[in-house]
Amino acid sequence: MVDLDLAQAVRAGDRLALARTLSHVENNTAEGRSALSSLFAHTGHAHLVGITGASGTGKSSLVNQLARYYRHPGEGELPLRVAVVAVDPTSPFTGGAILGDRIRMRDLAGDPGVFIRSMATRGSLGGIASTTAAVVQVLDAAKFDIILIETVGAGQSEVEIAHLAHITLVVEAPGLGDDIQAIKAGILEIADVLVVNKADLPGVENTERALRGSLDLAHPLPQRIMHHGQLETVSGQDDTAEALEPIWVPPIVRTVAIDGTGIPELVDAISAHRLHLDATGGWVMRERWRLKTELDALLTNELVEGFRSRLPAGAYEDTLEDMLGRRISPFQALEKLVKMVT
Amino acid sequence: MSERKIRVLIAKPGLDGHDRGAKVVARALRDAGMEVIYTGLRQTPEMIAEAALQEDVDAVGLSILSGAHMALVPRVLELLKANGQEHVKVFLGGIVPDEDVPVLLGLGVIGIYGPGTLSNTYVNEIRKAVITAGT
Repeated sequence: MVDLDLAQAVRAGDRLALARTLSHVENNTAEGRSALSSLFAHTGHAHLVGITGASGTGKSSLVNQLARYYRHPGEGELPLRVAVVAVDPTSPFTGGAILGDRIRMRDLAGDPGVFIRSMATRGSLGGIASTTAAVVQVLDAAKFDIILIETVGAGQSEVEIAHLAHITLVVEAPGLGDDIQAIKAGILEIADVLVVNKADLPGVENTERALRGSLDLAHPLPQRIMHHGQLETVSGQDDTAEALEPIWVPPIVRTVAIDGTGIPELVDAISAHRLHLDATGGWVMRERWRLKTELDALLTNELVEGFRSRLPAGAYEDTLEDMLGRRISPFQALEKLVKMVT
Repeated sequence: MSERKIRVLIAKPGLDGHDRGAKVVARALRDAGMEVIYTGLRQTPEMIAEAALQEDVDAVGLSILSGAHMALVPRVLELLKANGQEHVKVFLGGIVPDEDVPVLLGLGVIGIYGPGTLSNTYVNEIRKAVITAGT
């Protein structure tokens, strides 16, 4: 009953209820699960924009400028309600975290059409937290039109944001590495838009040239475009749908986030991508993909927990000891544990 | 797999620009396993209360070296209450003259940690205050 009220309050725009619900969801409590179940039917409307890139490239400042723009758009456009989810890393040693993304977002203070929430990764390694998807769902149900999701400072393999967002902006800055960095697998492959921030710094030409070169090589075939480095994991049905999709070649946009240079162009690129998704069915495809990712994660977690709870007491620890003593191999350990339960 | 983390907002209200102390405290709380939202310099009480609400924090730490604590602290407490967050624990760092200490504690501030306070002291007191309130 209380939970239903919480969900209702979130729908009604109660900011305290929203903040509490986000905590419940983040802590994976019974209240959080219950609120999510009531809210889920109201999700699927918000435009989810992922922002990723290395530490210090200016992601938070860009988010600040994007949010400002959406709140105060050009003539003839309505301001959008903007939520920001900013993720920073949890210390693997202490479990603590410093969440410092708000420092760059002070321009957004005092605007009731903006809601900023900082999250720690709490052990997840993919650049966002395991509960970020659920947090985003709550904000979606709370009627935010656009949700900007900022990942941790990401290097090469933090690509989970591409499963969550409708569009992924990869932020680069001059002077971060030579052109071999641009042809490695990973983060560049998930870019729907490449942002070269700090474009007032020397070296911006080189950075843009290296990125452009890598894009030309990375997108020779239509079916590679929308896969975002996940070619091997999608099912046959999705393959067919995706192969029909016309090519979206990620544009490169130069910005200077501290003074807002290039922000209208970046917003245009985001809008163009949105139109592309709508026209090609990519929006629905990404929805399916995201929900599949979420269901798979929940299933895996549930099955592992369920399996562990059915193991005889001490069996897991004993098996681990056997491995440690090199008496059995990891595969033999696996067989042994599975046999105990089945 | 439910996990309860203590979330703390560290903010510097007012106009002084010395945030070294605030950063040291933020770091110590992080090392104690808390999630610390650091907002940076020159925050108004309104900005602090709004951030505390959005982040659903358990505690707010204010670092004030400007001498304006008797104006800023009551305002933050008032706004937290107005937002329905009277359960949020407020503590102070910085420079607070001895005669103001009992007044601020009387208003509901849980601790005032001036220069030289050991990190163990405030870490333990903040944790205790939050956990007691949560039960």
